[in-house]
Amino acid sequence: MSDIAERLENERIEIQLLLEGLFLKYGHDFRDYAGAHLKRRMEYRKLAEGLDNYAEMLHKILYDQAFLQQLLLDLSINITEMFRDPWVYAKIRKAVVPHLKTYPFIRSWHAGCSTGQEVYSMCILFHEEEVSGKRIQIYATDFNDLVLDKARQAIFPIEVVKEYTANYQKAGGLSSFAEYYTADYESVKINPPLRDRVLFSAHNLATDGVFAEMNIIFCRNVLIYFNKELQNKVMKLFYDSLCPGGFLCLGPKESLRFTDYADKFDIVGEKERIYRKKRGLHQGLSNEQ
Amino acid sequence: MANYRAMVIGVSAGGFKALSVVLPQLQRELPLPVLIVQHLSPVSDTYLVDHLRQRCAVKVKLAEDKEPAEAGVVYLAPPDYHLLIEADYSLALSLENRVNYSRPSIDVLFASAAEVFLEGLIGVVMTGANADGAEGLARIQECGGLTVVQAPETAEVNIMPLAALEAVAVDHIVPLDRLGRFLNMLAMGQ
Ligand SMILES: C[S@@+](CC[C@H](N)C(=O)[O-])C[C@H]1O[C@@H](n2cnc3c(N)ncnc32)[C@H](O)[C@@H]1O
Repeated sequence: MSDIAERLENERIEIQLLLEGLFLKYGHDFRDYAGAHLKRRMEYRKLAEGLDNYAEMLHKILYDQAFLQQLLLDLSINITEMFRDPWVYAKIRKAVVPHLKTYPFIRSWHAGCSTGQEVYSMCILFHEEEVSGKRIQIYATDFNDLVLDKARQAIFPIEVVKEYTANYQKAGGLSSFAEYYTADYESVKINPPLRDRVLFSAHNLATDGVFAEMNIIFCRNVLIYFNKELQNKVMKLFYDSLCPGGFLCLGPKESLRFTDYADKFDIVGEKERIYRKKRGLHQGLSNEQ
Repeated sequence: MANYRAMVIGVSAGGFKALSVVLPQLQRELPLPVLIVQHLSPVSDTYLVDHLRQRCAVKVKLAEDKEPAEAGVVYLAPPDYHLLIEADYSLALSLENRVNYSRPSIDVLFASAAEVFLEGLIGVVMTGANADGAEGLARIQECGGLTVVQAPETAEVNIMPLAALEAVAVDHIVPLDRLGRFLNMLAMGQ
């Protein structure tokens, strides 16, 4: 084996041990995150701290709380915006909401909701499509408590308003976006309708299970950071959580194609990555594999 | 003769024309995958892919997350996503911050491919107006891969090839009109 190959192999072993240590000590499970991305993020922190290797880094994780918090921030990507990819919302309005409205009661789940922009966008959309608060329960989960706190507050920097407004319009907004927020000097507070129908809570897709039967699940720009095994595990969780005919919305670069669940869903919007759980397959199917 | 397992190409300003010269020279049975980062504005669509598809014998497509990298296929990083490769040769996309003001970034692709393919990798830096790719090419060399740079005098914008040449004692400097055939030869193990 060449020097470099051996060095890289040792590095892989150290990283694996580090992830194991992070899990054993704190329960944070990054063991099945996409390797190349994870390594980049850790390498960045390693260089920034002047650490020689990942064994040193493991030691620091075990003993240094401030460092642990820093690393957890490094490992998570929380970027989000309201009506992100507006054409997706336009499609949901047209092709998904009419089906949802045929149900007496709607359960909707945003998994990996970050600071809440996606959730509040859907609140606005449901409101404009005349889904009343009596008929809907929205669950919004993330494994990061910091972003959940921000999500609950719904306060965003004023600079984002212009972009959100443009997105809202492109998404086919029926009113004026200004109706949904109160502006301050440097921030806006989103006051979406249906806000009291949202339940924010901590949920880890890698380690937690099903908690209710859903009619629609949003999990956008989250699966891209998981490896194939974890992606399949999470797809099983979603499959088991969805009612027959329930909808699944993924991020624009995420698809069912390379998972074990490709043939268990129909495609509602190819480009929008909107899928629908096939009917007629009984619920337990995914357990039998 | 070395047996290459993958090729990565980084290209920026002037890339549209340059790739239209190079990629049509690759033959259909290319025995390795080609991964390309071309800097584009975040709003651009699949125009480049369609354009190249019409002119190339090899298959050209936008890279998808988790897709296995296959021989004989050219994968372009989609606008606004970093492209990386995993140890199991599957492609990975990420929305991590810009690197060298760029997303996709050439350095990000090169660094991940360098570690996966070691001496089995060919890295190529072509025309462009920034220094993205120089560090990545150095990493490829460090990991034992082969380094190639488009001859700066044949580049529409020579900043990127010059930056690469400054950072790395490269193995080959090749003019644009012969670059495709040269890469084809390397890939075929000739
Ligand atoms: C890029 S944000 C996506 C936000 C929003 N869905 C969107 O598309 O705009 C990814 C979110 O996934 C969360 N996340 C990552 N791993 C997770 C896990 N194992 N369980 C739950 N949430 C996770 C992160 O904390 C982060 O807030």
